[in-house]
Amino acid sequence: MTFPILSVIVFTPIVAGVFILLFPAERKTEVRVTALAAATFALLLSIWVYISYDVNAAGYQFQEAYNWLPTLGIGYHVGVDGMSTPLVLLTGVVMFTGVLISWGIEDRPREFFAFLFILASGVFGVFVALDLFQLFFFYEIAVFPMFLLIAIWGWIKTREYAAMKLTLYLFIGSVVSLVGALAMYWVAYQNTGVLTFDMLQLEQANFSEQFQIIWFLPVFLGFAVLGGIWPFHNWSPDGHVAAPTAVSMFHAGVLMKLGAFAALRVGIMLLPKGAEYWSWLIMAFAGIAVVYGAFIAFMQDDMKYMIGFSSVSHMGLVMLGMSTLNQNGLTGAGVQMFSHGIMTALFFAVTGMIYDRAHTRQISELGGMAKIMPFATIGFIIGGLVSMGMPGFSGFVAEFPIFMGVWQVQPWVAIVASISIVITAAYIMRNIRDVFFRPMPENLEGHITDVTVLDKVAIATVVILMIAIGLFPSVMVPMVQSGVENILRLLGGV
Amino acid sequence: MSYTPTMFLSILPEILILILGMLLLVVEPFWKGEQRRNSGWMTAGGLLAIMAISLIVARPGEAVTVFGGMLRYDWLGFFFKMMFIFGAAITALFMMDHEILGKRGESFILLLAATLGMNLMAASADLIMLYLAIETTSIPLYVLAGFMLTDKKSTEAGFKYMLFGAMTSAVMLYGFSLLFGFAGTTNMYELASMTVAGQLSLGVALGLVVLIVVGLGFKVSIVPFHFWAPDVYTGSPTPVAGFLSTASKAAGFAVLTRLFVIAFPAIAYEWASILAVLAAITMTLGNLVALKQTNIKRMLAYSSIAHAGYAMIGVVAVSELGVTSVVFYLLAYILTNLAAFGIVMAFERVTGSDEIADYAGMSRRSPGLAIAMLVAFLSLAGMPPFGGFVAKVFVFAAAVQVNMVWLAVVGILNSIVGVYYYLTVLKVVYLYRMEGENEEEHPIPLSRPYVIGLVVLTIGILLVGTLFAPWFGLSGAAALNLF
Repeated sequence: MTFPILSVIVFTPIVAGVFILLFPAERKTEVRVTALAAATFALLLSIWVYISYDVNAAGYQFQEAYNWLPTLGIGYHVGVDGMSTPLVLLTGVVMFTGVLISWGIEDRPREFFAFLFILASGVFGVFVALDLFQLFFFYEIAVFPMFLLIAIWGWIKTREYAAMKLTLYLFIGSVVSLVGALAMYWVAYQNTGVLTFDMLQLEQANFSEQFQIIWFLPVFLGFAVLGGIWPFHNWSPDGHVAAPTAVSMFHAGVLMKLGAFAALRVGIMLLPKGAEYWSWLIMAFAGIAVVYGAFIAFMQDDMKYMIGFSSVSHMGLVMLGMSTLNQNGLTGAGVQMFSHGIMTALFFAVTGMIYDRAHTRQISELGGMAKIMPFATIGFIIGGLVSMGMPGFSGFVAEFPIFMGVWQVQPWVAIVASISIVITAAYIMRNIRDVFFRPMPENLEGHITDVTVLDKVAIATVVILMIAIGLFPSVMVPMVQSGVENILRLLGGV
Repeated sequence: MSYTPTMFLSILPEILILILGMLLLVVEPFWKGEQRRNSGWMTAGGLLAIMAISLIVARPGEAVTVFGGMLRYDWLGFFFKMMFIFGAAITALFMMDHEILGKRGESFILLLAATLGMNLMAASADLIMLYLAIETTSIPLYVLAGFMLTDKKSTEAGFKYMLFGAMTSAVMLYGFSLLFGFAGTTNMYELASMTVAGQLSLGVALGLVVLIVVGLGFKVSIVPFHFWAPDVYTGSPTPVAGFLSTASKAAGFAVLTRLFVIAFPAIAYEWASILAVLAAITMTLGNLVALKQTNIKRMLAYSSIAHAGYAMIGVVAVSELGVTSVVFYLLAYILTNLAAFGIVMAFERVTGSDEIADYAGMSRRSPGLAIAMLVAFLSLAGMPPFGGFVAKVFVFAAAVQVNMVWLAVVGILNSIVGVYYYLTVLKVVYLYRMEGENEEEHPIPLSRPYVIGLVVLTIGILLVGTLFAPWFGLSGAAALNLF
């Protein structure tokens, strides 16, 4: 038996979380150190998985399969392919940086890190799940800690409202998908005579075209709620704004990918004919999200709302890429998930640093940060360049194929959607100018300090990744492509 | 009818419970003052020992009918018996530090008597036996509900429970007697052949089913026989309310499942449809009313009504998976709800309040109790990795399997409502602060019985929710006895 590396990655955070809960409440430093150790360990393992994934062999690797409830065909089956490997790495990175950023939390850090780590386990679990039941199991685990994290440590003005809204939205979405999953399970049983939740077997279940057309929308949209798809995106900016920094990073950086990824894995891969039938609708929703999100982001004065809506816009691009169902679009979507994940995490991290010091996030009330926190400024600018899709950064590697893919299917959608690039550039530039480079308002003078070393480590980690992928797309693109090949095969070898 | 070892084994748990009760009766008067608490240790320890002995020597093999058709000795009954005994043991722990229950040995003896009755309910194969068992269960529970004689609410609870119980059981008895009149037998397994052979006309059979549903519906508190539950739960001593909402409810389901599946297979579609509608109404009403509650015991009462509705989904699927899922659901639910009531009890003992608003700041006053509450409430809400999640998935899967997608959808919509009010309580626990007080100066000390009980239950909830295969296997073995 080989080393069960994926299981170790999945269970490291939750075990660490439970362990942390056993500490006495006043030993805050020990709690933080343990949390950082666990996060580093998970990051190193996910880097290891990323490096040793064999792109030429493709397919699902590092597989582990155990019976969980054989009578009903429920298994514990994990494995990663070209689509999910980058996302596992992403989760590792965000978890690591999230712990660094949250070092200063003074209110019950023990519970904070425990809940954050339970969330992280849920996220890892979904990305590596090859069993539908297991996927739901971890999906729900990833959802409920959000409520507490936002409600307890969030922004006092909106946290209760936002936490409940987010939880209900996501829970509704997931249970709608669950009904679809149960329907798939029983129909697959009728078709093949095998009771199984294993997705590799469900792929072969020959669902009738009509069945796929009926169930695709509930399943896809149920998950896509978490991906922030228009018109179900409403929970997301509120949630981002109310959440504490590390949770915003997790939420925008990883959780939204969770929705998009599950929608892809369960919706498109198990019900490909349904996906072909409804692709126009998904494309329409995604197209609206891209442009609408960018416009709304442009109108915001609160930095977190701005980033929140820009996430809606960027996640719209992911969905847009998926809706093309062709190689370029899907590859772009895969890379965009990673690129947007680290970019938004960076944005929220820097915003959090500014807010902690200036106690405001209103762009109009800020200024002159560049002189005091140059490191964070550079980080934010690089994030901004990624966001605009500048060549040389990961955003370009992601967005360019998406637009190519859309062009192949519906050229005019590509044209309309590309408006968003201009608007994105506008709001990012304005934000950089106002917050960092204009003279600092008098009331802030003297109160602001530079960011800590830990913050710098977090920023540097993320920035290096963004530039690396931008300059050397070959570290990620071939891997994602190998995953896309598999999806295209399910779609009938387009 | 000659004696066989099987007959002895089939009622071994009951014999042992009786012996335990009598021992307690003899020993208890010699204990003075603080020693009185020992009754609780003795009951809980004794019940766990009984459970262990039964699991070792009295496991059923092939299902057989014993005592001239009075009892059925099979896994279905046995599994439920173990759940009741476990529930009673935990309840005994929670009763120990109750100001009145804990100081009086009678309360533990009544608890044992009720458990004995429940065990017989789960095993009954004959209507006469069944009725006797139900009464053996109910009468001690009436007394326990009204145990706090000086407390008006408790007295009211006991009295109300008794009036409702007497009324509904009379209606059910009327149904039984008519059934005997029409069919000429009181044995469930013989009744089956009657209904299959068409000797009972559809109309008559359905009428009888409705009369029986009244009695059992009261036990499991489904709408419209639920009115007693909120008042009785609020008024009775909290550990008793916990016992009523778990073991007693499960006993009702044990009877309901066996009686309907075995005795009325020919009209399964009809009774299942009636119960399906009742289940849908029960869930919806329970959850919607729970939203508005400000008293935690009332909220849990309505939530337990809603949970009866979810469990009913498995019954109305009338399939092997359906019954399996009911048994599994009840297992998860017993663990979870006992924990919830245990926490309420522990909190109430220190603060004297049941108002949800007074839970503010609890996570700072007692982080451990708050974590237990988090586990219990998220399990009630149906979140993984806790027992409630898989249990719900199984009942919904059973409904989808038999093409009752509508019922699964109603269940799912309801669980969303559930999430809202459970999370609202957790919000109070974790987010809100005590007005103008420093929480650290108001800790909530937990005495040892609570610590043991809550730790066991929390681990149980996690075990059922993650390593569910063995439990599901046992539930499946139980369900197999009906199909």
